[in-house]
Amino acid sequence: MKEENLIVSLKDIVVEFDGEKVLDGLSLDIHDKEFVTFLGPSGCGKTTTLRVIAGFITPKSGNVFFDGKDIADLPPYKRHVNTVFQKYALFPHLNVFENVAFALRLKKLPEPEIQSKVLNMLSTVGLKGFERRNINQLSGGQQQRVAIARSLVNEPRVLLLDEPLGALDLKLRKQMQLELKRLQRELKITFIYVTHDQEEALTMSDTVVVMNGGKIQQIGTPEDIYNEPCNAFVARFIGDSNIIDGVMLKDYLVAFGGNEFRCVDKGFQHDESVQVVIRPEDVEITTPERGALIGRVKDVIFKGVHFEMHVDMEGYDWIVHSTQASKPGEMVGLNIGPDEIHIMRRTEV
Amino acid sequence: MLKSKTSRWAAAPYLVWMGVFIVVPLFIVIYFALTGAKGSFTLDNMAQIGRYSSVFARSLILAAEATVICLIMAFPVGYSLSRLRVNKQHIMLMLVMLPMWMNFLLRTYAWMTLLENNGLINRFLGMFGIGPLQMINTAGAVVLGMVYNYLPYMILPLYTAMTKIDDSIIEAAQDLGCNTLHTLVKILIPLSAPGIATGITMVFVPSVSTFIISRMLGGGSNLLIGDLIELQFLGNSYNLNLGSAMSLVLMVIVLVFMSFTSSFDESEMEGVM
Repeated sequence: MKEENLIVSLKDIVVEFDGEKVLDGLSLDIHDKEFVTFLGPSGCGKTTTLRVIAGFITPKSGNVFFDGKDIADLPPYKRHVNTVFQKYALFPHLNVFENVAFALRLKKLPEPEIQSKVLNMLSTVGLKGFERRNINQLSGGQQQRVAIARSLVNEPRVLLLDEPLGALDLKLRKQMQLELKRLQRELKITFIYVTHDQEEALTMSDTVVVMNGGKIQQIGTPEDIYNEPCNAFVARFIGDSNIIDGVMLKDYLVAFGGNEFRCVDKGFQHDESVQVVIRPEDVEITTPERGALIGRVKDVIFKGVHFEMHVDMEGYDWIVHSTQASKPGEMVGLNIGPDEIHIMRRTEV
Repeated sequence: MLKSKTSRWAAAPYLVWMGVFIVVPLFIVIYFALTGAKGSFTLDNMAQIGRYSSVFARSLILAAEATVICLIMAFPVGYSLSRLRVNKQHIMLMLVMLPMWMNFLLRTYAWMTLLENNGLINRFLGMFGIGPLQMINTAGAVVLGMVYNYLPYMILPLYTAMTKIDDSIIEAAQDLGCNTLHTLVKILIPLSAPGIATGITMVFVPSVSTFIISRMLGGGSNLLIGDLIELQFLGNSYNLNLGSAMSLVLMVIVLVFMSFTSSFDESEMEGVM
């Protein structure tokens, strides 16, 4: 069962709430010292998966392996994982120091050791001098740091984070993202992070697990997930995409939108019906005469770095990002290079 | 300006009521307690109370027993209630309060017919050749009556305090290494402290001053302070001055007790509905 470097392994996990399958035969391997993100829309089962690993949910069937041992029946307090909760879940009757010291006191560590560990951890998360503060005197970001310190002081093998930055404002969120990534690198432990924010997932993770409907859609590095989405759900969920029906004429040649395009994909059947994914920033706008496809500009929206244009092409609404704006109503040509065309097998979604 | 004036006057009817029917009578009680039959100042009444110290002690002990039993019974109930879904919480809360809608005398009277020597319980036990057991007219019956009548007043504040404890706090405790006992001692009890304090007050105070329960279920041998006071005003040993002195001492006991529970938690009355 034990594979090199595997820390958490889920096998055929099924979880049901009121007869409804929330996790449907989910299997997943997580490597040690990795930053893994579960990404998906709400209700996709990402938090449930996290809670199965933490021990708050006992799956109806399936196995949870931790470091090679089956821990399906182990209660949360006996697992070498700790959780940072969405609402922080700090103990309101204890001050910052006692919140962080909570697990250490339960383990009955000697007082000097508790002192040094807690103070150390508080300075790691940037809360030096806050020891005597009350929990409700802290801002959201500070409470979050206490929650992280409270979990990390326990030296867990795996830290589970359930949308921990959801309640923070954008600027603080970005700052905390970088800090979490730094902590993970410094402490060399596995982070399993749950979020519905694709940008957050791409920024922080070594591995992204895209989930929907209780099933894993795709596992890969952020680059893989973004550049090579394996189905239409992933392509739509990770950033904007144009997803067009096409036909694979032969290896390296695909037809869509009434034209043929060279591409870099192969191994499809002759004339197989496929879906073509093209990212908005990969479409080149040109004059109608030079374009492989021709359409009419419907909208132009200024987005700061680029313009987002919606181009109507025989009823399909193309999204195109360009640094130069065309005028609404104008006819334009679109060109797409072979590297920018990504072919997906049809999924029965 | 107008608003603050109106709001100040809004309380006027009650202030008049309070003055006439609470403050004035209180002073009358103090006056009677500190005067003799002829109306001259004396501490005799207070001194006499010493003779009844066993009654005071019994009242305090029985009330304390009832309070502890209520607390032990109500704590798990309050916790389960607070973890139910909201619509189920309402149904269960109604069931908890249901006995309170029934007349107090009727409820206590019902226990008499159950506990009597040829009452329902003894007849049932008799079918198996057990008993009859002496249940009525015992201190135990008095405590039972107190627990039965005042249990909802312990459950409600505990439940109210516990609804404020988020599930994730309990999960966090387990996550950080708490087994069930640790979670109870380190998280649940400290966080329900306001409810515990309110519940203790709301069960102990009426229990320590009751006279109906002890008279109906305790017989002659389980006299409480309440019975003693009643005897001074309505009974054979008619003595207004002694009765007032006893009331005053009981009030002081209750006040001391309340200040103790409120120092135990600031937001002591928070759970009162």
